Amino acid sequence: MTSELASVDRRLIRAQQRKADKMREKAANDLPPSLQPKKPVKVLTIIVLVLAAIYFMFPIYWALIASTKSPSQLTDSNGVWFAVGLDKLPDAIAANYATLLGWTKGYFWRWVLNSLIYSGVSAIIGTVVAVMAGYATAKFQFRGKGVAIGIVMGSMLMPAALLTIPQYSIFNAIGMDNTMLSVIIPCCVSPFGFFLGSVYAQNSVPDELLEAARIDGAGEARIFFTIVLRILAPAMVTIFLFLFVATWNNFLLPLMMLSSTDLQPVTLGLYGMVSLATFTDRGALMMGALLGVLPVIVLFLFLQRYWKAGLAAGAVKG
Amino acid sequence: MSATTQTAVKRRGSSTKRSKAFRREERTGWAFMAPFCILFLVVFVIPIIWAIYQSFFQQVATGGGAYGGGSLENKFVGFANFQYVVTSSAFWQGIGRVLIYTVIQVPLMIIVALALAMLLDSLIVKHVSGFRLLYFLPYAIPGVVASIIWVFLYNDQISPIVKFLEMFGVHPDFFASNAVIASMANITTWTFTGYNMLIFLAALQAIPHELYEAARIDGANGWQIAWRIKLPNVRGAALLAMLLSIVGTIQLFNEPQVMQTADPSISDSFTPMMMALNTSRGSLTPKGDGPASAIAIVMALIAGLLAAAYAIVERKVNES
Repeated sequence: MTSELASVDRRLIRAQQRKADKMREKAANDLPPSLQPKKPVKVLTIIVLVLAAIYFMFPIYWALIASTKSPSQLTDSNGVWFAVGLDKLPDAIAANYATLLGWTKGYFWRWVLNSLIYSGVSAIIGTVVAVMAGYATAKFQFRGKGVAIGIVMGSMLMPAALLTIPQYSIFNAIGMDNTMLSVIIPCCVSPFGFFLGSVYAQNSVPDELLEAARIDGAGEARIFFTIVLRILAPAMVTIFLFLFVATWNNFLLPLMMLSSTDLQPVTLGLYGMVSLATFTDRGALMMGALLGVLPVIVLFLFLQRYWKAGLAAGAVKG
Repeated sequence: MSATTQTAVKRRGSSTKRSKAFRREERTGWAFMAPFCILFLVVFVIPIIWAIYQSFFQQVATGGGAYGGGSLENKFVGFANFQYVVTSSAFWQGIGRVLIYTVIQVPLMIIVALALAMLLDSLIVKHVSGFRLLYFLPYAIPGVVASIIWVFLYNDQISPIVKFLEMFGVHPDFFASNAVIASMANITTWTFTGYNMLIFLAALQAIPHELYEAARIDGANGWQIAWRIKLPNVRGAALLAMLLSIVGTIQLFNEPQVMQTADPSISDSFTPMMMALNTSRGSLTPKGDGPASAIAIVMALIAGLLAAAYAIVERKVNES
């Protein structure tokens, strides 16, 4: 029964998508002849878009090719194709993988794990506190609310990297530098997450629902954790993604805070490899770079619609 | 917003029983705000106060002989750190580089992002979501990794781009002193154009299609629709993206820091952010947190001035 329903659902969704596509096409075809894009305009548009796509994709493509090459192959072989036949490719990949693990002294996967811990933990904490604060400003009246919103919004214009120096100085003074917390705590606070949380709570949590729950005798904490969080779940995925990527990409903060090799995130580890004077194996490094961004790319591809939602809110409200 | 405000006013206006409810609402509101506020204090407010405090001190060695030794002590030096920063030619050269970078890179990136968004929204193209994803993907690449890849692509021994250009007799040197800023700007543009394009595309797609119909009935052509309807509707998003990008480029750090590994002529004070880091780590003198904090504070003031100037100019342009 349920599977039947699901398949009906799917069919409905597909039908709707087809309808939307058709409407789009119709809108394009319905233009009066004077407005129909002329053939040269169409061709030119496609050429420009494809050139742009090549610009954005080429470095990633090149990194993929380079990750299979030895140092001598990198200088001598065709730069845009593999240096060895496709049948020998697994061996070339294995050779560079071994080189990568050798250069990183076996720390490579530890670094990736560290990155996952830093990004995951700070994004989870950051999302929950941002949604709580956003919900408070959207649905409650309290003194000082305007000032609090003003300060947090104003801090979005603060060059955040500048804070890293005093943050390091403070963590150093209390003996907490070179710990996981010294990276996680600064990454937990996101004014942008607060802003998104507030916008979403405003738009998608109905006042009537809160009133009804209160009349039924539910406490505020229970209302928040059982009702509000459930409604705001999609919004939370969006905020989580933004925070996760921001932490994964942060370079200055771990560079200042961390000195132990085994605490480094993968970005810092890779930077350490290129900054070694003796470093020569660029192909192996490219493999490290690609493996090191894989988790973020996977998140991107699987959670695309949440990105769109967050950016749309930023565009419309901003 | 208005609905909650109204109910709150009603509550406030009536009996004491209601005002008790209002007090409870106030407590609940702050309780939900508290975790964020505490973290915000720790991560933003206290470091700012700490930086201001520290900028009046310098670490000096006491008790040791001519060869050092002794212990480090914080000494109050008044405005000496600020005096050092504002009279340091290295600092102003760094600011100069960052400003050139901002003036070239930010408008270029915003215009390209806007143009791509308008082309994708123009109904001429199919597969919009495919293009959108391809353009956006570089944003998932961390700045450090993007910089490493591009530094290799600038390398004349291994880069297919250099080899390709050499077939036409062009011998590019991406690390030449007059090209190195453009090479960095290209890395930032590559990473963030798709992100901005996605924001603009979302704003464009939020425009109700009735507007286009109405314009067409009035006889507007495609260009007029683009200029008179689409552009004004993404104006707000574009101006905000511009402001955030300006704030972002002031703190330029990742790209020059990585390019330094391939180009020793990039100094430790190439950008103000690099100068602050290297001062704090002691590879530039005067060293320590005092001078580093002073650099950060002067930079923050300059960023604030720039943002304010931008806002004023924007308002002036809006009025005329």
